[in-house]
Amino acid sequence: MNSLIPLLVAAPLLGATLLLLGGRLFDRYGHWLGTALAATSFGLGLALFSDMLGRDAEHRSVSQYLYTWIEVGDFKADVAFQLDQLSVTFVLLITGVGTLIHIYSMGYMAHDPRRRRFFAYLNLFLAAMLLLVLADNYLLLYAGWEGVGLASYLLIGFWQHKPSAAVAAKKAFLVNRVGDLGLSIAIMLMFVEFGDFTFSGVFGAADQASEGKLTAIALMLLLAACGKSAQVPLQSWLGDAMEGPTPVSALIHAATMVTAGVYLITRSSVIFNLAPDAQTVVVVVGAVTLLFGAIVGCAKDDIKKALAGSTMSQIGYMVLAAGLGPIGYAFAIMHLVTHGFFKAGLFLGAGSVMHGMNDEVNMRHYGGLRKYMPVTFVTFGLGYLAIIGFPGLSGFFSKDQIIEAAFAKGGTEGWILGVCTLVGAAVTAFYMTRVMLLTFFGEKRWQTDDEGHEPHPHESPAVMTLPMVVLAFGSVFAGGLFAWNESFVDWLEPVTGLAHGDSPLNATTVTLLTSVCVLAGVLLSWLMYGRSSVPVVPPVGSLLTRAARRDLLQDDFNHAVLVRPGSALAASLVYLDSKAVDGFVNGLAAAIGGISGRLRRIQTGYVRTYALSMFGGTLVLVATTLLMRSV
Amino acid sequence: MSYLLTATCAVPAAGAVLTAALPGGTTEARRRTAKLTAMAVSTAALVLAVLVAVRYEPGGDRYQLTESYSWIRSFGISFSLGVDGIGAVLVLLTAVLVPIVLLASWHDAEPIQNPDGTFENLRRTQGFFALVLAVEAMVIVSFLATDVFVFYVFFEAMLIPMYFLIGGFGDRAGGPDASAQRSYAAVKFLLYNLLGGLVMLAAVIGLYVIAAGQGLATFDLPTLTNAIADGRLVIDPTAEKALFLGFFFAFAVKAPLWPLHTWLPNAMGEATAGTAVLITAVVDKVGTFAMLRFCLGLFPEASTTFGPVILVLALIGIVYGALLAVGQKDIKRLVAYASISHFGFIIMGIFAFTTQAQSGATLYMVNHGISTAAWMLVAGFLISRRGSRLISDFGGVQKVAPVLAGTFLIGGLATLSLPGLAPFVSEFLVLVGTFSKYPVIGIIATLGIVLAALYALLLYQRTMTGPVKEGVAGMADLKVRELAVVAPLVALTILLGVYPKPLTDLVNPTVDATQSQVQQTDPAPAHPVAATTGGEHK
Repeated sequence: MNSLIPLLVAAPLLGATLLLLGGRLFDRYGHWLGTALAATSFGLGLALFSDMLGRDAEHRSVSQYLYTWIEVGDFKADVAFQLDQLSVTFVLLITGVGTLIHIYSMGYMAHDPRRRRFFAYLNLFLAAMLLLVLADNYLLLYAGWEGVGLASYLLIGFWQHKPSAAVAAKKAFLVNRVGDLGLSIAIMLMFVEFGDFTFSGVFGAADQASEGKLTAIALMLLLAACGKSAQVPLQSWLGDAMEGPTPVSALIHAATMVTAGVYLITRSSVIFNLAPDAQTVVVVVGAVTLLFGAIVGCAKDDIKKALAGSTMSQIGYMVLAAGLGPIGYAFAIMHLVTHGFFKAGLFLGAGSVMHGMNDEVNMRHYGGLRKYMPVTFVTFGLGYLAIIGFPGLSGFFSKDQIIEAAFAKGGTEGWILGVCTLVGAAVTAFYMTRVMLLTFFGEKRWQTDDEGHEPHPHESPAVMTLPMVVLAFGSVFAGGLFAWNESFVDWLEPVTGLAHGDSPLNATTVTLLTSVCVLAGVLLSWLMYGRSSVPVVPPVGSLLTRAARRDLLQDDFNHAVLVRPGSALAASLVYLDSKAVDGFVNGLAAAIGGISGRLRRIQTGYVRTYALSMFGGTLVLVATTLLMRSV
Repeated sequence: MSYLLTATCAVPAAGAVLTAALPGGTTEARRRTAKLTAMAVSTAALVLAVLVAVRYEPGGDRYQLTESYSWIRSFGISFSLGVDGIGAVLVLLTAVLVPIVLLASWHDAEPIQNPDGTFENLRRTQGFFALVLAVEAMVIVSFLATDVFVFYVFFEAMLIPMYFLIGGFGDRAGGPDASAQRSYAAVKFLLYNLLGGLVMLAAVIGLYVIAAGQGLATFDLPTLTNAIADGRLVIDPTAEKALFLGFFFAFAVKAPLWPLHTWLPNAMGEATAGTAVLITAVVDKVGTFAMLRFCLGLFPEASTTFGPVILVLALIGIVYGALLAVGQKDIKRLVAYASISHFGFIIMGIFAFTTQAQSGATLYMVNHGISTAAWMLVAGFLISRRGSRLISDFGGVQKVAPVLAGTFLIGGLATLSLPGLAPFVSEFLVLVGTFSKYPVIGIIATLGIVLAALYALLLYQRTMTGPVKEGVAGMADLKVRELAVVAPLVALTILLGVYPKPLTDLVNPTVDATQSQVQQTDPAPAHPVAATTGGEHK
């Protein structure tokens, strides 16, 4: 059974290879092949999952060694996989949602001339993401980590003829590279400290290392997580990443890849548990990002960018939970999975709306669409209810648990974090209600596009709505299923450990408080966008609104601090290299050899003679020296 | 005694003479004869190089398949060849790249037609292909020579064919003063390297004088290194430092190390793409190879003394080269500065003195050769289509030539060391090996990783994406010949990225031997995990 594990990665990798190399052979049916291979991976995942269920908790983790990748001295990296409760959870999420989005893309990308390539990249993404969660050591994880970065780059820039898409793709890769630097330094630190970077080796020896070293490793891992999961301060790429086709936003930039940071922290729980200072930084990053993303989400008129802000914010919740240690890991992952369902569903819904509205993304140009797109409306609506935490739906269970855990951190910290998560819940309710009202309710504010096409909103074909319906089911029921008997928490306990904090508030109070916050958010939003009519041209807005529209000035900051000084430095070095360095070395040579006068002659046609005489001179020199020696 | 090594050098040398002797002329048939002859010769050399690598036993003696022919008896000079693991992979690299470069340069050396219909330089094609083979022969001798003097002679001699390749053949994409620029680049190349060579010559002679003074009148490398190791040859520390610097200077010019790098962008910018690959992927590797074999082997004490200084220069080179690559306007100069950054990594790996860093540096030489060849040759195809090297003259190429754009992207991704591609393995080994001894230098060097992503992807974005620019619109995609050039490079980049074992198996024992020559060991981990082997996994 274990030998099936490599096939999980191999199936989509085969798809990517065939679709990329096969050329026009696959233009016609390539998307079917890609989808079939994604589904194959899902099937394998299910088989391995049921096999795992058949064993008791202690024996569920299995590994499969393939071959030694790099071996030099004591440095040894294997291509070896580890499938345990945590990784199988991710495998099912990735392949399950992945397959649905392949199916959806068959409809969404039906008329794109480069469809084959799109499916190749999607398959490549699946392979890399599965490698990331199945690796049994950090270096192989790193390969998957950068692999998903590549897939993300290729897919954000899929419509490369648009300069904005090409720039966004490069930006995403670069910002992620800064994070990746953290991962590579972490691996180096592990190697120096333990002579090893396999999970089992490092975790087994971790308690012997000093807290300072472990804190350094943990902070470097956090840097990596910030890059991949768009957490402050490496968040700036996610909004631009919405340039990619919407199925990409759903799969990579909502449901799976962006949650890799949460996986990394949870996977490294042993290290983080021993480095409390680093954990504090993790919760701060999570809390800041959850508010940051939520505020940005409130101000965006572009439906995908509003959802991107929301994704950032929801991952903030997960990171915060993961930073809480064993009282939070399982809830972080639980929210990650339910978020995977409802956020993917919301993005697919947004894609469906765009599909029916001539690719319009401005919500101020929507309005009243519920009558024209009933299936989209209902599935999107269920996703909406799930994300704001409507009682009984998925988000209710998973988010509530995180808020409880935040309070359970105890002390002043617990109160601060608890209040942050509550405020986050209120703001989430506000901006999601705004999205809902602007898109599906109110009067029609449809606009004719630049080429004079009137929008004729219509429901999307079944190949697109079917995945939306399935995800809506997940949005509704997954949370309840996971919370039932604490089944999800028990399932992960052998990997993540479990502890119950000391909450100053009991569970009912937290639930009640959360509900009040959510209600307040919904109400405020309705007062602003539901009761009164919405202007097509956005009002000027307050200073905060304007800042939030510009992503709280993240790009302005990066430009001022990094881009402008960086370009200036590069430009001045280019100048210096030809003038100063080259000039200095040439000058030195001229001073020694007195050749400056001849340099001018070189350019007037004596080149060969000159070079040959120089070489001849060397030979004479050699001969003379040798002769002198023998005399 | 086997004649395999001599044959590996002699075949391309004889091929060069043969190709040069073929009749010139303007007819297609005559030119094709020269091209096919050169291709056949370089393919034969490749077969021989593979044989060398196969017959080399990683666990065996330091130098294998040795041959020796007395040359200048009165000075103890003999034409001695021997292969070690590092030499084997570099000979292989050379032999793989030369046929690819020849195929890529197929139409780069046609006779020039004057406006009045007459032809200038009727033997241009024959000349180009012969010169490339001559370079191949000399580079291979340099990788195999176990006699210091023989190495020196060929190290210097390869400047002649390189000079003519740079000065005589351009990419027809320069401005109106292209010919003057090219001459300038060729002379600059020659002057820098001759200067390095002169300094080295003084050191070579100095070494001989000292050795002869102690009864070892020989240039034989194994004899000298063994004598140094067991104390029969004692070099006074001051003299050792001076000799080390003499050798190192020549190699640092060739490699090139900051601040001796400025000849490289000129040479690579003005030469044809094929010649540029020959410079950066093959000829420059002789410099880094010689640091390992001669500097570390002959002057172990001085090598460790100067190690930290060289590390800092290499580190500057990594960051400096990458920053300059970001600021370039010319595609080929961008690739050249990227190479300067990569040579920084190689030299850093050599002088960090850990097995990971040194094996990494050796793999880096190979991987940089392959990946830069892919990147540069596709850039050459791109440039020849548009007749310009300026980045700003391109845009939207992926729309009209998707395969060209795709392979160019793969070259860029290899340059930025994406995991799964060969350069990642070597770059990570160099970094981790350096970090384990010099954490601060290792961490600063990781900046190079971010900057590499910047220059590689910025170049792709500016040339390949966006709306199709004027002058790009009718651009053809890669032709069959061009695909045949790129395909093996891409395949090797992926293969050696996923499964580098064939190379590490060859290289590791030689690296261990070099490490013990300089009496360095790897730092032990603070809290070692009990060693587990792959086979013990469940």
